[in-house]
Amino acid sequence: MSRTTLDLWVGFFVALGIAALLFLALKVGSFTGVHMDQTYQLQAKFDNIGGLKARGPVKSAGVVVGRVSDIRFDPETYEAVVSLSIDARYTFPKDTFASIYTSGLLGDQYVGLEPGGDERKLAAGDTIFKTQSAVVLEKLVSQFLFNKAAEGQDPK
Amino acid sequence: MADLLEPLCRLGSQVVERIWRLGYASRFFVAVLLNSGAALRRYPLTLREIWFSGVLSLIIILVSGLFVGLVLGMQGYEILQRYGSAEQLGTMVALSLLRELGPVVAALLFASRAGSAITAEIGLMKATEQLKAMDMMAVDPVARVVVPRFWGGVISMPLLAAMFSSMGIFGGWLIGVVVIGVDDGSFWSQMQSAVDFRYDVWNGILKSLVFGVAVSLIAVFEGYDSAPTAEGVSRAITRTVVTSALAILALDFVLTSFMFRGTS
Repeated sequence: MSRTTLDLWVGFFVALGIAALLFLALKVGSFTGVHMDQTYQLQAKFDNIGGLKARGPVKSAGVVVGRVSDIRFDPETYEAVVSLSIDARYTFPKDTFASIYTSGLLGDQYVGLEPGGDERKLAAGDTIFKTQSAVVLEKLVSQFLFNKAAEGQDPK
Repeated sequence: MADLLEPLCRLGSQVVERIWRLGYASRFFVAVLLNSGAALRRYPLTLREIWFSGVLSLIIILVSGLFVGLVLGMQGYEILQRYGSAEQLGTMVALSLLRELGPVVAALLFASRAGSAITAEIGLMKATEQLKAMDMMAVDPVARVVVPRFWGGVISMPLLAAMFSSMGIFGGWLIGVVVIGVDDGSFWSQMQSAVDFRYDVWNGILKSLVFGVAVSLIAVFEGYDSAPTAEGVSRAITRTVVTSALAILALDFVLTSFMFRGTS
């Protein structure tokens, strides 16, 4: 008899533990969405990627459509080559425009894709040629300061 | 001259003693693993140990998890609202619990609640010559006494850590959303977009599994190796708690340094 009450308690304990694990997996963590089953690779070359990191999101119209899989430096053109894993459900026109944005003022950087009007679609392994680099805050600030300085000198 | 040499000799014998014990502990660990088949065949024994070290630790784990979560919620809100990002509270609470606090604090509590009890039990069995009696009856005390306690601890630890983290997140939610009034939707959605199952949840479970092995091994070894006197048992219990705490924190540093390396 005491054996069965023991079994009940251990069963209760294990069930509670598994419930906690499920809670962590499903409610706390994002089990889906991050791991896309089927993807294809695209490449994009940027003059400057700012703070973009591997595993960062690729968004189109604000929706996550892929991940940054790899970032390399091309020693011949002195550009950054960013490989993008795009969800196989989505295709984009040949003249898609890729730019690097920041989410929020200080948030992570992501690749934004803006589709063009071309009939032909980008296939696996293609390269996106129309790109816009990340906005580097220091450059923006120094540009602003130079403009201000130039304005100040004009009346003299 | 002899007076000067004596402390050196004592230091040397201490070092040799430690290394000796380490080697003995390693051989003991291998013996436990080799005898683990017995624990599966005699699973009611293991079940009893899960009850003993898991179920009986439930209350302390759940209550401390809740309090840790409440404190994290309050402190996190206080810091985050300075930067105007109080809706990141869920992310902060969940990540700090899943990655560090859940496994580490649960393991520390487990070591002092269940580890010390295991050491005391085995140590007393040794002091009252029960282990010797078993040996006389051709019952291997490692297979009969040590292995079920070891596996009971190893199985309980990840489950307890998961419960600790869940309870802590609930506590953070209670303070953040119910008491302070952070938006419920953004609390959960920010958390879900920041927490990755494999990277955060799975690594946390892996950590608690490693801690479970370490704490259970230390507890059963200290009990088995204790001097068979009342004083020896009490010293063994102290050593269990101290060594476990040090092992948990050191292992946590090692595991963190190769699990959570920034990807870029």
